[in-house]
Amino acid sequence: MSRVLKNVAFYGALLAAWVLVTHAKIWPPYLFPAPLSVWQSLHDGFADNSFWIAIAISMRRVALGYGLSVVLGMALGFGIASSKFLEETVAPLLTSLQSLPSICWLPLAMLWFGLSEKAIYFVIITGSVLSITISMESGRHAIPRIYSQAGRNLGARGWKLFVYVLLPASLPHLVSGLKQGWAFAWRALVSGEMIVAGLGLGQLLMVGRDNNDMSMVLAVMLVIVLIGWAIDGLIFRSIEGWFNRRWGLGAAA
Amino acid sequence: MSLAQLASSRHSEVLHTTPVPHSLDYDAVPESIQLRAVDLSFPVRKGPRLVALSNINLDIRAGEFLCVVGPSGCGKSTLLSLIAGLAFPTSGEVRVNDQLVKGPGTDRILIFQEHGLFPWLTVGQNVEFGIHMMGMGRRERRERAKQYLQLVHLTEFRDSYIHQLSGGMRQRVAIARALATQPSVLLMDEPFAALDAQTRDILHDELERIWKATGCTIVFVTHNVREAVRLGSRVILMTYRPGTIRSQADIVLPRPRHMEDPRVAMLSGGILDELREEIDKAVAAEYSHVSSS
Repeated sequence: MSRVLKNVAFYGALLAAWVLVTHAKIWPPYLFPAPLSVWQSLHDGFADNSFWIAIAISMRRVALGYGLSVVLGMALGFGIASSKFLEETVAPLLTSLQSLPSICWLPLAMLWFGLSEKAIYFVIITGSVLSITISMESGRHAIPRIYSQAGRNLGARGWKLFVYVLLPASLPHLVSGLKQGWAFAWRALVSGEMIVAGLGLGQLLMVGRDNNDMSMVLAVMLVIVLIGWAIDGLIFRSIEGWFNRRWGLGAAA
Repeated sequence: MSLAQLASSRHSEVLHTTPVPHSLDYDAVPESIQLRAVDLSFPVRKGPRLVALSNINLDIRAGEFLCVVGPSGCGKSTLLSLIAGLAFPTSGEVRVNDQLVKGPGTDRILIFQEHGLFPWLTVGQNVEFGIHMMGMGRRERRERAKQYLQLVHLTEFRDSYIHQLSGGMRQRVAIARALATQPSVLLMDEPFAALDAQTRDILHDELERIWKATGCTIVFVTHNVREAVRLGSRVILMTYRPGTIRSQADIVLPRPRHMEDPRVAMLSGGILDELREEIDKAVAAEYSHVSSS
């Protein structure tokens, strides 16, 4: 059986089970809605543009927050990797801070910035910058020594060595860090929006809750999953694959 | 048929028909190399420091073709790193034209055993790398890279990436990349070890021709004594750990020489006997290390 067929069968069975459970009427429909009513919410949400607006706002936030994280994380990562002192002091601190779920930064962000956009950006950045920093730092060390030796031997030094040898050599590592950072940023965004509000996908979830509209909550969850999956699976996976082929890390080597 | 196979079949047709572009020849700045009482040792986790090189005294004349043979682990490669300025002696001095070596310089180009090509660049961009770093303009760079790719018969692969090439082709790109900087000193670490005999023979001829035409100084490390005698104007033999110079021989046979020439074979024989003794020591040391741990 092909992969596609297996998945069609699996999701078909899942949907059928869902329909059966709703028909059994174990829980009232406002707690356990039928697939059709979730579909209806999804349709309505897109038809009245409320989902589109929320998606646009959330994507703009995550693009800016994640963009800042990338710049900050890369600078921090290379800074740490180039100093033995920072590597032995700051790097372990960052690794331990990474175990903190990003939502834990929210109370702090709300006290500092109030219920504002800034608080959301703060949570996105703290949520994703560390994984980018750490992967940059470890990527810098994963560069085979022969590349920097060959580069220096051929006259590259200082910033030229960095731009023409060290940076490209660490790119495959960097991409996997960026991918991980994206996943964290996306999660942090939604949790931030749920509490700080001001439109967005997270806020839509809370609207659904306030209206006791379980179908809408599930519909928004579905949208969040699909966007996260699309960016991770389609964009990052293909960039990663391209790097692995070119850098000879994959089967082609 | 894979790209690599296609390349090698194509390559054997091309090799004998393409005239070598002699416009590549340049005048190397004569550079002599002096090693004075060079010691190099590394700290080891347990036990005493590992002595890689001990009391090396070596004068390499400007324009000399020096071959270095020795068993694996004798510090041959380390010797090249010292001259290249990528490593520094624990004590003693390395000088080039009486100037202390303080770091790498594009006058001394090292060709690594494992080529060290950059996978993110095309073959052409790899060859251009050194001259790019030196600040040469784009058009001039492309022109020069083209000539050196022609020299190693890889013109058609200018836009390929490294992972698309066979091992021998990669090594030839590394040679083109080194020569494109037109170095005064060429440091070669077993550059032809991975090549088939035919390609190796042709590159021997080419290397000899470039050496004669440019007057560059070559330090060539190999474990193949015949190759050393085929190429070198002098061959030095190094001992197993710690690496010291055991003996040396001036090779005065007329050029071009052939690997199969009986005179080459005869000269090799004597050196090979000494090398065997060192290899036996190396094997014995490895064995005692294995059985004690």
